[in-house]
Amino acid sequence: MSLPEELRAPRPAGPRTPAGAASAWLERHAQTFVASLGRLARQPFATFLTMLVIGIALALPAALNLVVANARAVSAGLGETVQLSLYLRQDTTQEQARKVQLAVAARSEVAEAVLVSPDEGLREFAALSGIGEALRMLTANPLPWLVKIRPAPPHDSVDGVAALAESLRELPEAELVEADTAWVRRLHAILDTLRRVTVLVAAMLALGVVAIVGNTIRLEISGRRAEIEVTRLVGGSDAFVRRPFLYSGFWQGLGGGLIAVALIGGGLLALEAPIARLAAAYGSHYSLVGPTPWEVLGLITSGAAFGWLGAWLAAGYHLRRIEPR
Amino acid sequence: MILFDQVFKRYPNGCEALADLSFELATGEMAFLTGHSGAGKSTVLRLIALLERPSRGRVVVNGQHTSALRRGRIPAFRRQVGLVFQDHRLLDDRPVADNVALPLAIAGVARREMDKRVRAALDQVGLLGKERQFPLELSAGEQQRVGIARAIVSKPPVLVADEPTGNLDPDLALEIMNLFHRFNAVGVTVLVATHDVHLLERFGVRRIHIEKGRLAGHPDVAA
Repeated sequence: MSLPEELRAPRPAGPRTPAGAASAWLERHAQTFVASLGRLARQPFATFLTMLVIGIALALPAALNLVVANARAVSAGLGETVQLSLYLRQDTTQEQARKVQLAVAARSEVAEAVLVSPDEGLREFAALSGIGEALRMLTANPLPWLVKIRPAPPHDSVDGVAALAESLRELPEAELVEADTAWVRRLHAILDTLRRVTVLVAAMLALGVVAIVGNTIRLEISGRRAEIEVTRLVGGSDAFVRRPFLYSGFWQGLGGGLIAVALIGGGLLALEAPIARLAAAYGSHYSLVGPTPWEVLGLITSGAAFGWLGAWLAAGYHLRRIEPR
Repeated sequence: MILFDQVFKRYPNGCEALADLSFELATGEMAFLTGHSGAGKSTVLRLIALLERPSRGRVVVNGQHTSALRRGRIPAFRRQVGLVFQDHRLLDDRPVADNVALPLAIAGVARREMDKRVRAALDQVGLLGKERQFPLELSAGEQQRVGIARAIVSKPPVLVADEPTGNLDPDLALEIMNLFHRFNAVGVTVLVATHDVHLLERFGVRRIHIEKGRLAGHPDVAA
Protein backbone atom coordinates (compact mmCIF):
# COMPACT_ATOMS: atom_id res chain seq x y z
CA MET A 1 0.00 0.00 0.00
CA SER A 2 1.73 3.12 -1.10
CA LEU A 3 0.12 6.50 -1.08
CA PRO A 4 1.79 9.78 -1.96
CA GLU A 5 2.53 12.07 0.95
CA GLU A 6 -0.27 14.42 -0.09
CA LEU A 7 -2.90 11.89 0.86
CA ARG A 8 -1.30 9.97 3.64
CA ALA A 9 -1.99 11.96 6.76
CA PRO A 10 -5.70 12.01 7.55
CA ARG A 11 -6.11 15.53 8.82
CA PRO A 12 -8.25 18.45 7.78
CA ALA A 13 -6.99 20.60 4.98
CA GLY A 14 -5.99 24.12 5.81
CA PRO A 15 -3.39 26.80 5.33
CA ARG A 16 -0.31 26.29 7.40
CA THR A 17 1.01 29.72 8.32
CA PRO A 18 -0.78 33.01 9.09
CA ALA A 19 0.90 34.64 6.10
CA GLY A 20 -0.12 31.75 3.90
CA ALA A 21 -3.65 32.00 5.25
CA ALA A 22 -3.82 35.70 4.44
CA SER A 23 -2.57 35.29 0.91
CA ALA A 24 -4.86 32.30 0.36
CA TRP A 25 -7.73 34.40 1.64
CA LEU A 26 -6.88 37.23 -0.74
CA GLU A 27 -6.44 34.81 -3.61
CA ARG A 28 -9.81 33.22 -2.91
CA HIS A 29 -11.54 36.60 -2.82
CA ALA A 30 -9.85 37.77 -5.98
CA GLN A 31 -10.81 34.56 -7.71
CA THR A 32 -14.47 34.79 -6.69
CA PHE A 33 -14.42 38.47 -7.60
CA VAL A 34 -13.31 37.76 -11.16
CA ALA A 35 -15.37 34.58 -11.45
CA SER A 36 -18.59 36.39 -10.60
CA LEU A 37 -17.81 38.95 -13.31
CA GLY A 38 -17.19 36.13 -15.77
CA ARG A 39 -20.50 34.55 -14.85
CA LEU A 40 -22.30 37.83 -15.61
CA ALA A 41 -20.40 38.16 -18.88
CA ARG A 42 -21.67 34.77 -20.01
CA GLN A 43 -25.20 36.21 -20.03
CA PRO A 44 -24.45 39.56 -21.61
CA PHE A 45 -28.00 40.48 -22.59
CA ALA A 46 -29.65 39.74 -19.26
CA THR A 47 -26.77 41.39 -17.41
CA PHE A 48 -26.96 44.46 -19.61
CA LEU A 49 -30.71 44.81 -19.08
CA THR A 50 -30.31 44.64 -15.32
CA MET A 51 -27.51 47.16 -15.40
CA LEU A 52 -29.54 49.41 -17.67
CA VAL A 53 -32.48 49.42 -15.27
CA ILE A 54 -30.13 50.21 -12.40
CA GLY A 55 -28.47 52.88 -14.52
CA ILE A 56 -31.77 54.57 -15.30
CA ALA A 57 -32.82 54.40 -11.66
CA LEU A 58 -29.55 56.08 -10.67
CA ALA A 59 -29.56 58.57 -13.54
CA LEU A 60 -33.00 59.98 -12.75
CA PRO A 61 -32.20 61.58 -9.39
CA ALA A 62 -28.76 62.55 -10.69
CA ALA A 63 -30.40 64.35 -13.64
CA LEU A 64 -32.87 66.06 -11.33
CA ASN A 65 -29.97 67.16 -9.20
CA LEU A 66 -28.32 68.68 -12.28
CA VAL A 67 -31.52 70.52 -13.20
CA VAL A 68 -31.53 72.12 -9.76
CA ALA A 69 -27.82 72.90 -9.96
CA ASN A 70 -28.28 74.55 -13.36
CA ALA A 71 -31.32 76.52 -12.26
CA ARG A 72 -29.29 77.75 -9.31
CA ALA A 73 -26.43 78.71 -11.56
CA VAL A 74 -28.83 80.63 -13.80
CA SER A 75 -30.56 82.41 -10.93
CA ALA A 76 -27.24 83.24 -9.26
CA GLY A 77 -26.49 85.56 -12.19
CA LEU A 78 -29.82 87.26 -11.83
CA GLY A 79 -28.74 89.65 -9.05
CA GLU A 80 -26.74 91.63 -11.53
CA THR A 81 -29.61 92.12 -13.90
CA VAL A 82 -32.00 93.10 -11.15
CA GLN A 83 -32.58 96.81 -11.30
CA LEU A 84 -34.95 99.16 -9.69
CA SER A 85 -37.11 101.76 -11.41
CA LEU A 86 -37.87 104.86 -9.38
CA TYR A 87 -40.75 106.76 -11.01
CA LEU A 88 -40.98 110.32 -9.74
CA ARG A 89 -44.19 112.25 -9.22
CA GLN A 90 -45.78 113.85 -12.32
CA ASP A 91 -45.17 117.35 -11.03
CA THR A 92 -41.43 116.83 -10.54
CA THR A 93 -39.32 119.32 -12.45
CA GLN A 94 -36.14 118.50 -14.29
CA GLU A 95 -34.20 120.33 -11.58
CA GLN A 96 -35.73 118.23 -8.84
CA ALA A 97 -35.30 115.05 -10.83
CA ARG A 98 -31.59 115.77 -11.31
CA LYS A 99 -31.21 116.32 -7.55
CA VAL A 100 -32.95 113.03 -6.76
CA GLN A 101 -30.73 111.22 -9.24
CA LEU A 102 -27.56 112.65 -7.66
CA ALA A 103 -28.77 111.88 -4.16
CA VAL A 104 -29.59 108.30 -5.08
CA ALA A 105 -26.34 107.83 -6.97
CA ALA A 106 -24.43 108.97 -3.89
CA ARG A 107 -25.87 106.19 -1.76
CA SER A 108 -23.52 103.35 -0.88
CA GLU A 109 -26.06 100.69 -1.89
CA VAL A 110 -26.26 102.08 -5.41
CA ALA A 111 -23.78 101.25 -8.13
CA GLU A 112 -25.35 103.39 -10.81
CA ALA A 113 -28.34 105.71 -11.16
CA VAL A 114 -29.41 106.89 -14.61
CA LEU A 115 -31.95 109.62 -15.18
CA VAL A 116 -34.47 109.07 -17.97
CA SER A 117 -36.54 112.07 -19.03
CA PRO A 118 -40.22 111.66 -20.02
CA ASP A 119 -39.27 112.39 -23.66
CA GLU A 120 -36.53 109.77 -23.70
CA GLY A 121 -38.88 107.34 -22.03
CA LEU A 122 -41.56 107.92 -24.62
CA ARG A 123 -39.10 107.48 -27.51
CA GLU A 124 -37.82 104.26 -26.01
CA PHE A 125 -41.32 103.02 -25.37
CA ALA A 126 -42.42 103.92 -28.92
CA ALA A 127 -39.42 102.05 -30.33
CA LEU A 128 -39.86 98.94 -28.19
CA SER A 129 -43.64 98.66 -28.02
CA GLY A 130 -44.30 99.12 -31.72
CA ILE A 131 -47.29 101.40 -31.08
CA GLY A 132 -45.43 104.55 -32.07
CA GLU A 133 -48.26 105.75 -34.35
CA ALA A 134 -50.78 105.59 -31.54
CA LEU A 135 -48.45 107.40 -29.18
CA ARG A 136 -48.08 110.29 -31.60
CA MET A 137 -51.74 111.07 -31.03
CA LEU A 138 -51.08 111.91 -27.37
CA THR A 139 -51.29 115.63 -26.68
CA ALA A 140 -49.12 115.45 -23.58
CA ASN A 141 -46.38 113.02 -22.52
CA PRO A 142 -47.91 110.86 -19.77
CA LEU A 143 -44.58 109.49 -18.62
CA PRO A 144 -42.90 110.73 -15.44
CA TRP A 145 -39.20 111.23 -14.80
CA LEU A 146 -37.52 107.93 -14.14
CA VAL A 147 -34.35 107.02 -12.28
CA LYS A 148 -32.99 103.62 -13.25
CA ILE A 149 -30.95 102.20 -10.39
CA ARG A 150 -28.51 99.33 -10.38
CA PRO A 151 -27.75 98.18 -6.82
CA ALA A 152 -24.13 97.76 -5.73
CA PRO A 153 -22.96 94.46 -4.28
CA PRO A 154 -23.67 93.14 -1.71
CA HIS A 155 -27.01 94.92 -1.95
CA ASP A 156 -27.89 93.20 -5.22
CA SER A 157 -29.28 90.18 -3.39
CA VAL A 158 -33.00 89.62 -3.32
CA ASP A 159 -33.22 90.92 0.24
CA GLY A 160 -30.87 93.82 -0.45
CA VAL A 161 -32.91 94.97 -3.46
CA ALA A 162 -36.10 94.74 -1.43
CA ALA A 163 -34.61 96.85 1.36
CA LEU A 164 -33.33 99.44 -1.11
CA ALA A 165 -36.75 99.65 -2.77
CA GLU A 166 -38.33 100.19 0.65
CA SER A 167 -36.05 103.09 1.48
CA LEU A 168 -36.54 104.68 -1.97
CA ARG A 169 -40.31 104.60 -1.51
CA GLU A 170 -39.87 107.01 1.41
CA LEU A 171 -38.44 109.78 -0.82
CA PRO A 172 -40.94 112.65 -1.11
CA GLU A 173 -40.55 112.74 -4.91
CA ALA A 174 -41.17 109.02 -5.29
CA GLU A 175 -44.40 108.00 -7.01
CA LEU A 176 -43.64 104.35 -7.59
CA VAL A 177 -40.67 102.04 -7.02
CA GLU A 178 -40.54 98.88 -9.06
CA ALA A 179 -38.21 96.06 -8.10
CA ASP A 180 -39.37 92.77 -9.43
CA THR A 181 -37.76 90.46 -6.93
CA ALA A 182 -40.84 88.41 -6.15
CA TRP A 183 -40.25 85.99 -9.01
CA VAL A 184 -36.64 85.46 -7.98
CA ARG A 185 -37.93 84.62 -4.53
CA ARG A 186 -40.43 82.20 -6.01
CA LEU A 187 -37.76 80.63 -8.17
CA HIS A 188 -35.62 79.98 -5.14
CA ALA A 189 -38.55 78.48 -3.27
CA ILE A 190 -39.26 76.23 -6.25
CA LEU A 191 -35.63 75.18 -6.41
CA ASP A 192 -35.61 74.36 -2.70
CA THR A 193 -38.70 72.21 -3.16
CA LEU A 194 -37.15 70.59 -6.20
CA ARG A 195 -34.08 69.75 -4.19
CA ARG A 196 -36.20 68.03 -1.58
CA VAL A 197 -37.97 66.15 -4.34
CA THR A 198 -34.57 65.06 -5.66
CA VAL A 199 -33.64 63.62 -2.29
CA LEU A 200 -36.95 61.78 -2.05
CA VAL A 201 -36.71 60.44 -5.59
CA ALA A 202 -33.11 59.39 -4.96
CA ALA A 203 -34.15 57.51 -1.80
CA MET A 204 -36.99 55.74 -3.58
CA LEU A 205 -34.90 54.78 -6.57
CA ALA A 206 -32.08 53.58 -4.30
CA LEU A 207 -34.63 51.21 -2.80
CA GLY A 208 -35.54 50.30 -6.34
CA VAL A 209 -31.93 49.42 -7.14
CA VAL A 210 -31.74 47.27 -4.02
CA ALA A 211 -34.94 45.50 -5.09
CA ILE A 212 -33.77 44.97 -8.68
CA VAL A 213 -30.45 43.50 -7.63
CA GLY A 214 -32.17 41.49 -4.91
CA ASN A 215 -34.45 39.97 -7.50
CA THR A 216 -31.71 39.06 -9.97
CA ILE A 217 -29.73 37.54 -7.13
CA ARG A 218 -32.77 35.51 -6.12
CA LEU A 219 -32.97 34.15 -9.67
CA GLU A 220 -29.25 33.48 -9.70
CA ILE A 221 -29.52 31.60 -6.41
CA SER A 222 -32.35 29.39 -7.62
CA GLY A 223 -30.40 28.75 -10.82
CA ARG A 224 -27.36 27.63 -8.83
CA ARG A 225 -29.23 25.64 -6.25
CA ALA A 226 -27.38 22.38 -6.95
CA GLU A 227 -24.04 24.11 -6.61
CA ILE A 228 -25.07 25.72 -3.32
CA GLU A 229 -26.26 22.41 -1.92
CA VAL A 230 -23.06 20.62 -2.88
CA THR A 231 -20.96 23.43 -1.47
CA ARG A 232 -22.85 23.15 1.80
CA LEU A 233 -22.42 19.38 1.79
CA VAL A 234 -18.66 19.57 1.56
CA GLY A 235 -18.48 22.15 4.34
CA GLY A 236 -18.94 25.54 2.70
CA SER A 237 -19.80 28.19 5.29
CA ASP A 238 -22.59 30.72 4.83
CA ALA A 239 -19.98 33.37 4.04
CA PHE A 240 -18.36 31.17 1.39
CA VAL A 241 -21.68 30.37 -0.26
CA ARG A 242 -22.79 33.99 -0.15
CA ARG A 243 -19.60 35.57 -1.45
CA PRO A 244 -20.07 35.09 -5.22
CA PHE A 245 -23.57 36.56 -4.99
CA LEU A 246 -22.32 39.61 -3.13
CA TYR A 247 -19.73 40.20 -5.81
CA SER A 248 -22.34 39.65 -8.49
CA GLY A 249 -24.52 42.34 -6.89
CA PHE A 250 -21.49 44.59 -6.63
CA TRP A 251 -20.68 44.19 -10.34
CA GLN A 252 -24.26 44.78 -11.43
CA GLY A 253 -24.49 47.91 -9.28
CA LEU A 254 -21.13 49.12 -10.54
CA GLY A 255 -22.22 48.56 -14.15
CA GLY A 256 -25.47 50.38 -13.40
CA GLY A 257 -23.51 53.30 -11.96
CA LEU A 258 -21.34 53.50 -15.08
CA ILE A 259 -24.41 53.38 -17.31
CA ALA A 260 -25.98 56.16 -15.22
CA VAL A 261 -22.88 58.29 -15.79
CA ALA A 262 -23.05 57.54 -19.52
CA LEU A 263 -26.75 58.46 -19.62
CA ILE A 264 -26.10 61.74 -17.83
CA GLY A 265 -23.15 62.49 -20.10
CA GLY A 266 -25.22 61.71 -23.18
CA GLY A 267 -28.06 63.88 -21.93
CA LEU A 268 -25.73 66.82 -21.32
CA LEU A 269 -24.22 66.40 -24.78
CA ALA A 270 -27.65 66.31 -26.40
CA LEU A 271 -28.81 69.42 -24.54
CA GLU A 272 -25.66 71.45 -25.00
CA ALA A 273 -26.48 72.93 -28.42
CA PRO A 274 -30.16 73.79 -27.73
CA ILE A 275 -29.21 75.38 -24.41
CA ALA A 276 -26.49 77.42 -26.09
CA ARG A 277 -29.04 78.67 -28.66
CA LEU A 278 -31.50 79.47 -25.90
CA ALA A 279 -28.86 81.35 -23.93
CA ALA A 280 -27.81 83.25 -27.07
CA ALA A 281 -31.42 84.30 -27.58
CA TYR A 282 -31.26 85.89 -24.16
CA GLY A 283 -27.89 87.44 -24.93
CA SER A 284 -26.06 85.17 -22.50
CA HIS A 285 -23.14 82.76 -22.76
CA TYR A 286 -24.62 80.30 -20.34
CA SER A 287 -23.42 76.74 -20.65
CA LEU A 288 -24.73 73.72 -18.79
CA VAL A 289 -23.30 72.80 -15.42
CA GLY A 290 -22.23 69.15 -15.47
CA PRO A 291 -21.65 66.86 -12.51
CA THR A 292 -18.45 67.37 -10.53
CA PRO A 293 -15.89 64.54 -10.51
CA TRP A 294 -16.96 63.80 -6.95
CA GLU A 295 -20.58 63.50 -8.02
CA VAL A 296 -19.59 61.12 -10.82
CA LEU A 297 -17.60 59.06 -8.35
CA GLY A 298 -20.48 59.17 -5.89
CA LEU A 299 -22.91 57.93 -8.53
CA ILE A 300 -20.72 54.96 -9.43
CA THR A 301 -19.94 54.18 -5.80
CA SER A 302 -23.56 54.35 -4.72
CA GLY A 303 -24.51 52.04 -7.59
CA ALA A 304 -21.95 49.48 -6.44
CA ALA A 305 -22.95 49.93 -2.79
CA PHE A 306 -26.68 49.51 -3.40
CA GLY A 307 -25.99 46.53 -5.65
CA TRP A 308 -23.96 44.92 -2.91
CA LEU A 309 -26.64 45.72 -0.33
CA GLY A 310 -29.39 44.23 -2.48
CA ALA A 311 -27.34 41.09 -3.00
CA TRP A 312 -26.58 40.87 0.70
CA LEU A 313 -30.24 41.11 1.65
CA ALA A 314 -31.39 38.64 -0.99
CA ALA A 315 -28.58 36.17 -0.34
CA GLY A 316 -29.13 36.31 3.41
CA TYR A 317 -32.81 35.62 2.93
CA HIS A 318 -32.79 32.99 0.21
CA LEU A 319 -29.61 31.07 1.03
CA ARG A 320 -30.91 30.16 4.48
CA ARG A 321 -33.72 28.34 2.75
CA ILE A 322 -31.40 26.09 0.79
CA GLU A 323 -30.32 23.22 2.97
CA PRO A 324 -28.61 20.23 1.39
CA ARG A 325 -30.67 17.11 0.95
CA MET B 1 -14.70 7.85 15.71
CA ILE B 2 -18.42 7.39 15.05
CA LEU B 3 -20.67 6.66 18.00
CA PHE B 4 -24.43 6.18 17.93
CA ASP B 5 -25.85 5.94 21.43
CA GLN B 6 -29.54 5.07 21.72
CA VAL B 7 -30.39 7.21 18.75
CA PHE B 8 -33.98 7.86 17.75
CA LYS B 9 -34.93 9.77 14.66
CA ARG B 10 -38.48 10.69 13.90
CA TYR B 11 -39.13 12.88 10.86
CA PRO B 12 -41.67 15.70 11.01
CA ASN B 13 -44.07 13.59 8.92
CA GLY B 14 -44.22 11.07 11.77
CA CYS B 15 -42.06 8.44 10.09
CA GLU B 16 -39.80 6.83 12.65
CA ALA B 17 -36.53 6.16 10.81
CA LEU B 18 -34.33 5.10 13.72
CA ALA B 19 -35.41 3.60 17.01
CA ASP B 20 -32.83 3.01 19.70
CA LEU B 21 -29.86 2.48 17.41
CA SER B 22 -26.47 2.07 19.06
CA PHE B 23 -23.17 1.19 17.47
CA GLU B 24 -19.61 2.38 17.48
CA LEU B 25 -17.05 2.56 14.76
CA ALA B 26 -13.49 2.86 16.05
CA THR B 27 -10.90 5.15 14.52
CA GLY B 28 -9.37 3.52 11.47
CA GLU B 29 -12.12 0.95 11.23
CA MET B 30 -14.11 0.14 8.11
CA ALA B 31 -17.66 -1.15 8.06
CA PHE B 32 -20.52 -1.78 5.70
CA LEU B 33 -23.88 -0.43 6.68
CA THR B 34 -26.50 -2.80 5.35
CA GLY B 35 -30.23 -3.19 5.46
CA HIS B 36 -33.21 -3.06 3.15
CA SER B 37 -34.14 0.21 1.61
CA GLY B 38 -36.16 2.07 4.17
CA ALA B 39 -34.33 0.40 7.04
CA GLY B 40 -32.69 3.67 8.01
CA LYS B 41 -29.28 3.50 6.29
CA SER B 42 -29.65 6.92 4.72
CA THR B 43 -30.78 8.40 8.00
CA VAL B 44 -27.65 7.10 9.70
CA LEU B 45 -25.48 8.75 7.06
CA ARG B 46 -27.49 11.97 7.22
CA LEU B 47 -27.01 12.08 10.97
CA ILE B 48 -23.25 11.59 10.56
CA ALA B 49 -23.07 14.39 7.98
CA LEU B 50 -25.26 16.55 10.20
CA LEU B 51 -27.89 16.89 7.53
CA GLU B 52 -30.24 15.85 10.29
CA ARG B 53 -30.05 15.87 14.05
CA PRO B 54 -31.24 12.98 16.21
CA SER B 55 -34.62 13.29 17.91
CA ARG B 56 -33.17 11.53 20.93
CA GLY B 57 -29.83 9.97 21.84
CA ARG B 58 -26.26 10.92 21.03
CA VAL B 59 -24.37 10.96 17.77
CA VAL B 60 -20.67 11.62 18.23
CA VAL B 61 -18.43 12.02 15.20
CA ASN B 62 -14.73 12.65 15.59
CA GLY B 63 -15.24 13.58 19.23
CA GLN B 64 -18.02 16.08 18.52
CA HIS B 65 -21.59 15.76 19.73
CA THR B 66 -23.65 16.63 16.71
CA SER B 67 -26.72 17.64 18.68
CA ALA B 68 -24.78 20.27 20.60
CA LEU B 69 -23.27 21.86 17.50
CA ARG B 70 -24.49 25.37 16.61
CA ARG B 71 -25.55 26.00 13.03
CA GLY B 72 -22.51 28.18 12.39
CA ARG B 73 -20.16 25.35 13.36
CA ILE B 74 -21.68 22.84 10.96
CA PRO B 75 -19.50 23.77 7.93
CA ALA B 76 -16.28 23.20 9.88
CA PHE B 77 -17.71 19.91 11.15
CA ARG B 78 -18.61 18.73 7.65
CA ARG B 79 -15.09 19.40 6.43
CA GLN B 80 -13.95 16.52 8.64
CA VAL B 81 -16.30 14.10 6.98
CA GLY B 82 -15.76 13.03 3.37
CA LEU B 83 -19.12 12.32 1.72
CA VAL B 84 -19.71 10.15 -1.32
CA PHE B 85 -23.16 9.94 -2.86
CA GLN B 86 -24.85 7.42 -5.08
CA ASP B 87 -25.62 10.15 -7.61
CA HIS B 88 -22.13 11.68 -7.12
CA ARG B 89 -23.52 15.24 -6.76
CA LEU B 90 -20.92 16.71 -9.09
CA LEU B 91 -21.24 20.17 -10.63
CA ASP B 92 -21.73 19.50 -14.31
CA ASP B 93 -20.77 23.00 -15.39
CA ARG B 94 -17.28 22.73 -13.96
CA PRO B 95 -14.32 20.63 -15.00
CA VAL B 96 -13.25 17.66 -12.94
CA ALA B 97 -10.38 19.56 -11.31
CA ASP B 98 -12.71 22.30 -10.05
CA ASN B 99 -15.14 19.74 -8.67
CA VAL B 100 -12.40 17.97 -6.77
CA ALA B 101 -10.89 21.26 -5.60
CA LEU B 102 -14.14 22.54 -4.05
CA PRO B 103 -13.42 21.36 -0.46
CA LEU B 104 -9.92 22.86 -0.71
CA ALA B 105 -11.29 26.17 -1.99
CA ILE B 106 -13.68 26.20 0.97
CA ALA B 107 -10.85 25.47 3.38
CA GLY B 108 -8.83 28.31 1.87
CA VAL B 109 -5.95 26.34 0.45
CA ALA B 110 -3.60 28.32 -1.76
CA ARG B 111 -3.68 27.68 -5.51
CA ARG B 112 -0.39 25.82 -5.86
CA GLU B 113 -1.08 23.56 -2.93
CA MET B 114 -4.58 23.02 -4.29
CA ASP B 115 -3.37 21.89 -7.71
CA LYS B 116 -0.94 19.49 -6.10
CA ARG B 117 -3.57 17.92 -3.91
CA VAL B 118 -6.17 17.71 -6.65
CA ARG B 119 -3.70 15.84 -8.84
CA ALA B 120 -2.81 13.54 -5.97
CA ALA B 121 -6.47 12.79 -5.30
CA LEU B 122 -7.21 12.16 -8.98
CA ASP B 123 -4.15 9.94 -9.16
CA GLN B 124 -5.52 7.89 -6.30
CA VAL B 125 -8.79 7.22 -8.08
CA GLY B 126 -7.04 6.63 -11.40
CA LEU B 127 -8.27 9.74 -13.17
CA LEU B 128 -5.05 11.68 -13.62
CA GLY B 129 -5.18 13.47 -16.94
CA LYS B 130 -8.95 14.04 -16.85
CA GLU B 131 -8.67 17.32 -14.94
CA ARG B 132 -10.05 19.53 -17.71
CA GLN B 133 -12.91 17.24 -18.72
CA PHE B 134 -16.45 17.86 -17.61
CA PRO B 135 -18.34 15.30 -15.51
CA LEU B 136 -20.85 14.52 -18.26
CA GLU B 137 -18.02 13.54 -20.59
CA LEU B 138 -17.05 10.76 -18.20
CA SER B 139 -18.54 7.31 -17.65
CA ALA B 140 -20.68 6.58 -14.60
CA GLY B 141 -17.80 4.81 -12.87
CA GLU B 142 -15.46 7.71 -13.61
CA GLN B 143 -17.99 10.20 -12.29
CA GLN B 144 -18.26 8.23 -9.09
CA ARG B 145 -14.49 8.25 -8.79
CA VAL B 146 -14.46 12.02 -9.20
CA GLY B 147 -16.94 12.14 -6.32
CA ILE B 148 -14.60 10.01 -4.25
CA ALA B 149 -11.61 12.17 -5.14
CA ARG B 150 -13.58 15.20 -3.94
CA ALA B 151 -14.40 13.40 -0.69
CA ILE B 152 -10.80 12.50 0.09
CA VAL B 153 -8.95 15.54 -1.28
CA SER B 154 -9.07 17.41 2.01
CA LYS B 155 -7.90 14.33 3.91
CA PRO B 156 -10.89 13.93 6.21
CA PRO B 157 -10.48 11.43 9.05
CA VAL B 158 -13.90 9.97 8.24
CA LEU B 159 -15.21 8.82 4.86
CA VAL B 160 -18.89 8.07 4.52
CA ALA B 161 -20.49 6.73 1.34
CA ASP B 162 -24.14 6.22 0.49
CA GLU B 163 -24.65 3.39 -2.03
CA PRO B 164 -21.54 4.42 -3.96
CA THR B 165 -21.82 1.42 -6.28
CA GLY B 166 -25.58 1.56 -6.71
CA ASN B 167 -25.50 2.51 -10.36
CA LEU B 168 -22.41 0.62 -11.41
CA ASP B 169 -21.86 -2.79 -12.97
CA PRO B 170 -20.12 -5.39 -10.78
CA ASP B 171 -16.61 -4.82 -12.10
CA LEU B 172 -16.79 -1.07 -11.56
CA ALA B 173 -18.41 -1.59 -8.17
CA LEU B 174 -15.56 -3.80 -7.08
CA GLU B 175 -13.06 -1.24 -8.28
CA ILE B 176 -14.78 1.51 -6.27
CA MET B 177 -14.96 -0.64 -3.17
CA ASN B 178 -11.26 -1.43 -3.53
CA LEU B 179 -10.62 2.30 -3.41
CA PHE B 180 -12.43 2.62 -0.09
CA HIS B 181 -10.48 -0.32 1.21
CA ARG B 182 -7.22 1.35 0.31
CA PHE B 183 -8.16 4.56 2.07
CA ASN B 184 -9.08 2.57 5.13
CA ALA B 185 -5.67 0.92 4.98
CA VAL B 186 -3.99 4.29 5.51
CA GLY B 187 -6.02 5.12 8.58
CA VAL B 188 -9.25 6.66 7.33
CA THR B 189 -12.39 5.54 9.13
CA VAL B 190 -14.78 4.32 6.44
CA LEU B 191 -18.50 3.64 6.56
CA VAL B 192 -20.17 2.47 3.36
CA ALA B 193 -23.90 1.98 3.08
CA THR B 194 -24.69 -0.69 0.52
CA HIS B 195 -27.04 -3.50 -0.27
CA ASP B 196 -24.67 -5.09 -2.76
CA VAL B 197 -24.41 -8.64 -1.43
CA HIS B 198 -21.63 -9.68 -3.78
CA LEU B 199 -19.38 -6.97 -2.52
CA LEU B 200 -20.07 -7.86 1.10
CA GLU B 201 -18.87 -11.35 0.41
CA ARG B 202 -15.63 -10.24 -1.19
CA PHE B 203 -14.58 -7.90 1.61
CA GLY B 204 -14.14 -9.32 5.04
CA VAL B 205 -15.04 -6.18 6.88
CA ARG B 206 -17.42 -5.59 9.71
CA ARG B 207 -21.05 -5.32 8.85
CA ILE B 208 -23.55 -3.11 10.65
CA HIS B 209 -26.96 -4.42 9.71
CA ILE B 210 -30.04 -2.43 10.57
CA GLU B 211 -33.66 -3.36 10.23
CA LYS B 212 -36.58 -1.08 10.88
CA GLY B 213 -34.35 1.51 12.46
CA ARG B 214 -32.51 -0.73 14.89
CA LEU B 215 -29.47 -2.98 14.96
CA ALA B 216 -30.16 -6.50 13.74
CA GLY B 217 -28.32 -9.76 13.13
CA HIS B 218 -24.70 -10.25 14.01
CA PRO B 219 -23.01 -6.88 13.74
CA ASP B 220 -19.49 -8.09 14.28
CA VAL B 221 -19.56 -11.05 11.96
CA ALA B 222 -18.26 -10.60 8.48
CA ALA B 223 -20.83 -11.78 5.99
